Amino acid sequence: MSASLEIQLLAVLVAAACALPGVFLVLRGTAMMADAISHTVLLGIVLVFFVVQDLQSPWLIVGAAAIGLVTVTLTELLQHTRLVKQDAAIGLVFPALFSVAVILISRFARGVHLDVDAVLLGELAFAPFDRLIVLGIDVPRALVTIAVVLIANIAFISLFYKELKLATFDAGLAATLGFAPALLHYGLMALVSITAVGAFDIVGVVLVVALMVTPAAAAYLLTSDLRRMLVLSVAIGVLSALAGYWLARLLNANIAGAMATMTGVIFLVVLVLAPQRGLLAKLVRRRRQQADFAATMLAIHLLHHTGAPTEAEEARIDHLERHLDWQPGYAARVIRHAERLGFIKSIAGHLQLTPTGYAKAQEVLAS
Amino acid sequence: MNPALEVTDLTVAYHDKPVLWDVDVTAPAGILMAIVGPNGAGKTTLMKAILGLTPVAAGSVRIDGKSYTQQRQRVGYVPQRGSVDWDFPTNVVDVVTMGRYGALGWFRRPGRREVDLAMHALEQVGMHDFAQRQISQLSGGQQQRVFLARAIVQDADIYFMDEPFQGVDATTERTIVTLLKQLRGDGKTVVVVHHDLQTVAEYFDWVTLLNVQCIASGPVGQVFTEENLRRTYGGRIAFVERDALATGGMALRSFAPAATAGGAD
Ligand SMILES: Nc1ncnc2c1ncn2[C@@H]1O[C@H](COP(=O)(O)OP(=O)(O)OP(=O)(O)O)[C@@H](O)[C@H]1O
Ligand SMILES: [Mg+2]
Repeated sequence: MSASLEIQLLAVLVAAACALPGVFLVLRGTAMMADAISHTVLLGIVLVFFVVQDLQSPWLIVGAAAIGLVTVTLTELLQHTRLVKQDAAIGLVFPALFSVAVILISRFARGVHLDVDAVLLGELAFAPFDRLIVLGIDVPRALVTIAVVLIANIAFISLFYKELKLATFDAGLAATLGFAPALLHYGLMALVSITAVGAFDIVGVVLVVALMVTPAAAAYLLTSDLRRMLVLSVAIGVLSALAGYWLARLLNANIAGAMATMTGVIFLVVLVLAPQRGLLAKLVRRRRQQADFAATMLAIHLLHHTGAPTEAEEARIDHLERHLDWQPGYAARVIRHAERLGFIKSIAGHLQLTPTGYAKAQEVLAS
Repeated sequence: MNPALEVTDLTVAYHDKPVLWDVDVTAPAGILMAIVGPNGAGKTTLMKAILGLTPVAAGSVRIDGKSYTQQRQRVGYVPQRGSVDWDFPTNVVDVVTMGRYGALGWFRRPGRREVDLAMHALEQVGMHDFAQRQISQLSGGQQQRVFLARAIVQDADIYFMDEPFQGVDATTERTIVTLLKQLRGDGKTVVVVHHDLQTVAEYFDWVTLLNVQCIASGPVGQVFTEENLRRTYGGRIAFVERDALATGGMALRSFAPAATAGGAD
């Protein structure tokens, strides 16, 4: 496999692995936790590294997961004092733990292959050089790690799908039914931690956060079904990763940076264009409501003057503009819309209420 | 026979602030019981403590003679409607199906049977046509009905409902009352946090008056008195119509506006 293909495959797997737990973080309103955990796992890695003196040891994952849970616990403890809110608690805990890790690295681990730049931006471009023979096949080491992490994510979420859904939607009911939402919560956070460890080595902390939060947030705007949201989140993550890779090639820029940019770009596109919840859809809906309301108002106006001596006068289009204080252009648009809705007919400059329009006006007035 | 619910000497404190002081409540099986009291009286806390959702400082809770953890499957819980995120990506029938998760246990997925039960329950609360509707598109009254349908599919023996009447219109209120009576008819016990003092005597058999302490608990005819209400709400209780009180006998009225005491939160 060429290095280019390998890098793209890595990027795709990282994106998929991050997008899955990201869905639950977004739904629980704890997206900031992704930020916190993906930073503090570094401390876990450093501490375990001091003990085992090996950057390839699987114990690094265990240590990172443990620190991830410590982060969550500390944050929650701070929050329970009721002295600070959750966002502030996160903001207090993770820089503290992260900076300890940074100090430890710069003071004691210099010279070792563990540097702060790589932590922030990853070294995706160099990943293909560190290789491993698995089942007789020569593959990049990072590919093996991230494949294992992705499988762990898929396994955990499909195994506990029902329980995670319930605990996320209604933790109270989950608890009364005996589903231990706290345990699931920590399980999920452990999953986020190992995903962060597996991924940040490759793409760096910043992209880990972007890949966890952004695709899930975009998927949330696109569907109202949890299963579909999981699938879409993965799809959007993968798309961002590939688009980012090619953008980086094009601009000869940092791959992780380009990928993070693409998650943002795709999110923006979704935010504007999402069929139901997008900004454009909302705008169109608001416009339509306004138009419907104006058409109904017109129907009511005509109803009020039906049968009155002034009927012919009131129903004249030019009179309407004066009487309802509508701009000429606006009045014409409302009339067209009301005609389309079948509320009125215009005959030689005079408006006439149809039976439909009559019924509509009556209905609104009665309610 | 064991009482359906027996709360003894229950004390709950948040940090050092006692929210429930030495509360005793006993409810026989097959009754509808209202819990009433002013805002912050600890009604929600009492329910959560009974269900093991809030740690207790002292006291014990027995459900049909056993502890809650032994009776999980027999207890249904309808939390306050506002306690969940109605923008969660799912539809009505799926939420109702969640009521079966307890019976399914870990790992087993809901199937045809669970969905059928959910559809049947939705029919009972008049929400059959909304089965596929996104939950974000429901009105407050519809959300409440969905929660009730979810409780029905749990098929519990004792139900705890936190303000099921909050913010619903007269039609929905009637649907809920009919449903509560139906549950009682099936021999179930239902405990409801209620805010409308006017309708206590009409809807319920028993009542617990709560304000940090348990002021009184027993059959409506015996304990829902002006004196007890005054002790529960302090001076703010002048407006309960006499005929809504135990001493005035059963009230026969149409749906009056909410009582002045309490009010929705
Ligand atoms: N998690 C909490 N931490 C600290 N105090 C709490 C917590 N939950 C409730 N309280 C306090 O406990 C008291 C009782 O609250 P609770 O929600 O049980 O009242 P309630 O009777 O249900 O009121 P309402 O009629 O407003 O629903 C209140 O004073 C409230 O401020
Ligand atoms: Mg309450």
